[in-house]
Amino acid sequence: MRDGRWEIDANGMHYRALNARLREAVENGAECIVLRNVCGQRYIGANLHRPVEIHIYGTPGNDLAAFMDGPRIIVYGNAQDACGNTMNGGEVVIHGRAGDVTGYSIRGGKIFVRDDVGYRVGIHIKEYQEQRPFIVIGGTAQHFLGEYMAGGVLVVLGLTLRPGECHTATYIGTGMHGGVIYLRGKVADYQLGREVASVPLEDGDWALLRQLVQEFAAHFNRDAEEILAAPFTKLVPLSSRPYGRLYAY
Amino acid sequence: MSLSLLTAEFHVERDEIRCIACQVCVRQCANDVHVYDPDDDRVYSDETRCVGCHRCATLCPTRALTIRCTPQEFRANANWSPSIITSVFKQAETGGVLLTGMGCDQPYPIYFDHILLNAAQVTNPSIDPLREPMELRTFIGRKPEQVGVVQDRDNMRLETRLAPQLVLETPILFSAMSYGSISYNACLSLARAAKECGILYNTGEGGLHPTLYEYGPYTIAQVASGRFGVHRAYLETAAALEIKIGQGAKPGIGGHLPGEKVSEDVSRTRMIPQGTDALSPAPHHDIYSIEDLRQLIYALKEATNYTKPVGVKVAAVHHIAPIASGIARAGADYIAIDGLRGGTGAAPTVIRNNVGIPIEMAIAAVDERLRQEGIRNQVSLIAAGSIRSSADVVKAIALGADAVYIGTAALVAMGCHLCQKCYTGKCNWGIATQDPYLTKRLNPNIGARRLVNLLRAWSLEIKEMLGGMGINAIESLRGNRDHLRGVGLNEVELRVLGIKAAGES
Ligand code: SF4
Ligand code: SF4
Repeated sequence: MRDGRWEIDANGMHYRALNARLREAVENGAECIVLRNVCGQRYIGANLHRPVEIHIYGTPGNDLAAFMDGPRIIVYGNAQDACGNTMNGGEVVIHGRAGDVTGYSIRGGKIFVRDDVGYRVGIHIKEYQEQRPFIVIGGTAQHFLGEYMAGGVLVVLGLTLRPGECHTATYIGTGMHGGVIYLRGKVADYQLGREVASVPLEDGDWALLRQLVQEFAAHFNRDAEEILAAPFTKLVPLSSRPYGRLYAY
Repeated sequence: MSLSLLTAEFHVERDEIRCIACQVCVRQCANDVHVYDPDDDRVYSDETRCVGCHRCATLCPTRALTIRCTPQEFRANANWSPSIITSVFKQAETGGVLLTGMGCDQPYPIYFDHILLNAAQVTNPSIDPLREPMELRTFIGRKPEQVGVVQDRDNMRLETRLAPQLVLETPILFSAMSYGSISYNACLSLARAAKECGILYNTGEGGLHPTLYEYGPYTIAQVASGRFGVHRAYLETAAALEIKIGQGAKPGIGGHLPGEKVSEDVSRTRMIPQGTDALSPAPHHDIYSIEDLRQLIYALKEATNYTKPVGVKVAAVHHIAPIASGIARAGADYIAIDGLRGGTGAAPTVIRNNVGIPIEMAIAAVDERLRQEGIRNQVSLIAAGSIRSSADVVKAIALGADAVYIGTAALVAMGCHLCQKCYTGKCNWGIATQDPYLTKRLNPNIGARRLVNLLRAWSLEIKEMLGGMGINAIESLRGNRDHLRGVGLNEVELRVLGIKAAGES
């Protein structure tokens, strides 16, 4: 430990011990924590709520940054499932891929994933008062992207797709009743859930996209303008009450 | 619009001699049944809207009102009952899924009513609870395989580190009822009563209102698939966390609070925008297996640094015994099992009336299975799903529960008349509503007092029953099925319940 900088070698450590060390470091005022040799340990950063920067080398396990509120986590590798589970604030930057249900129910903060993500990413994400969550995915996503989405912003850039290749996700935005999804490139109608519609982008959309793409480009050393030069699709919910007419009273 | 074939379910009888046209009923009925006609100076009723909640009849100062089931009778038919016929009418008119509130009202056997308790006679003494110590205190949480004690000088000290436990002064908790499904005053009544009685109430999946944080030590906070209101302070304030997988009234069906009930205050507590639907679907899409459940249990334990119990609530379904075994092995500190007759604020009628199994069978099967596997100590069991009396509490515990959850009974204590219309948001008793005109009818001081009275009365009765059996601690009753005998049950039912028939020794 030096100048608020801690190093923890996670080699062979059980997640419980690792997270206890992490909590100890944060409680002792660490400003920057470097975790080395991380290999599948779960819950890293769970419920941490101080502005601290955590650099992870290796592959963190499921539920990275669960319930987290404030820290900034940078992963030099891939993340597994449920990264950012019910996160309230903070930032996660993943220099690689992320698994299923990335960003489950996040209510605030930002998640940037350089490459592809798994199924049901952005499920249940919601916004509340001044809290608005953002998920930016550099690659492409699997089915049920943005399921039950109730707020927030989901951006999928498709940078891992080859020229001419399209997003293959289906049931995008199923059950969506709030928020907005931006996909770089086109999606066919059959790929969309019944509760969403594709609408043209307006000036405000481009301003928001530019800001997010610039952040993404800065994290991963890409050219923002080049990314923004392609057409985008905007998806919004048809109604904030998709199931309002289902019942007999 | 085509003609509706539905006729009134209730008949409003007004004694014209007693009625003084004071219009109390007009103001009290949120369903607008009573209408005052100033020309005639008389009150008339449109009984097609009556839901049979008795609010008007209870408050009528001259007792002029009687609410009866409609004398309108269909031709007798044991197969096509009036409720089935009217359900078809309603669906033919609307094309919608029929909704209902509260628990299953169908005449399935209620096994509690076929179980009788034992009492001591001659060969062992009964205990008089009024004069001898009687222990109802109950601990919810994982118990160690064995306990080590060290003796230093005169002091005995526990060597074993215990898993976090909830302490209940009586083996009863208030089951999950969210702010949104019930009113703020109802939540506050429950919280206050829980504190006064030394038990816990449960937030349901509705988040925790800022003013209720002070009741944290008496609060179980639920985490459901929609994660409404789940954030750091919520997790840290509650005494225990409960992952909601299912509930007895609607196994396999999620929660859905319609946008019109998401008022400004409810929206703040759930942390979602006002007026949007709050969807909490049945599947947690991060849980597809026992291993995944373990992941969420431990996420919550990590988030709270292993300081509080994490429980799992499931509906009682056919394979409840192996499911519970899996949940125990996934690391849950308690399992709440909600039976077929468990209540709800809103459920599709067809689900409520047809899915699940009775709690008596479920709790007996689970207790037996966990014992066989030698893991009963690893997890506490909370039985839920229509515990109606202290006798039901005693029977549930003797069948294998550690404690019980009461929901409907608690609402009835606060004035609920089981009209089953909670989903309309027009509860005339100020419970299942967010309408300020209606919610102020429930005074939280009176609500809390009535709940405290109920728990006091039940606790005294439980002590009497225990004393009668010659038992002086509720601990000794748990799973003690030898104190139960069945009447009117067949052999299979007796076997599943693990009890003998009355008359067998
Ligand atoms: S709905 Fe309730 S208050 Fe209204 S008339 Fe019927 S019993 Fe009376
Ligand atoms: S809570 Fe209210 S609406 Fe629901 S059954 Fe009871 S009295 Fe009726």
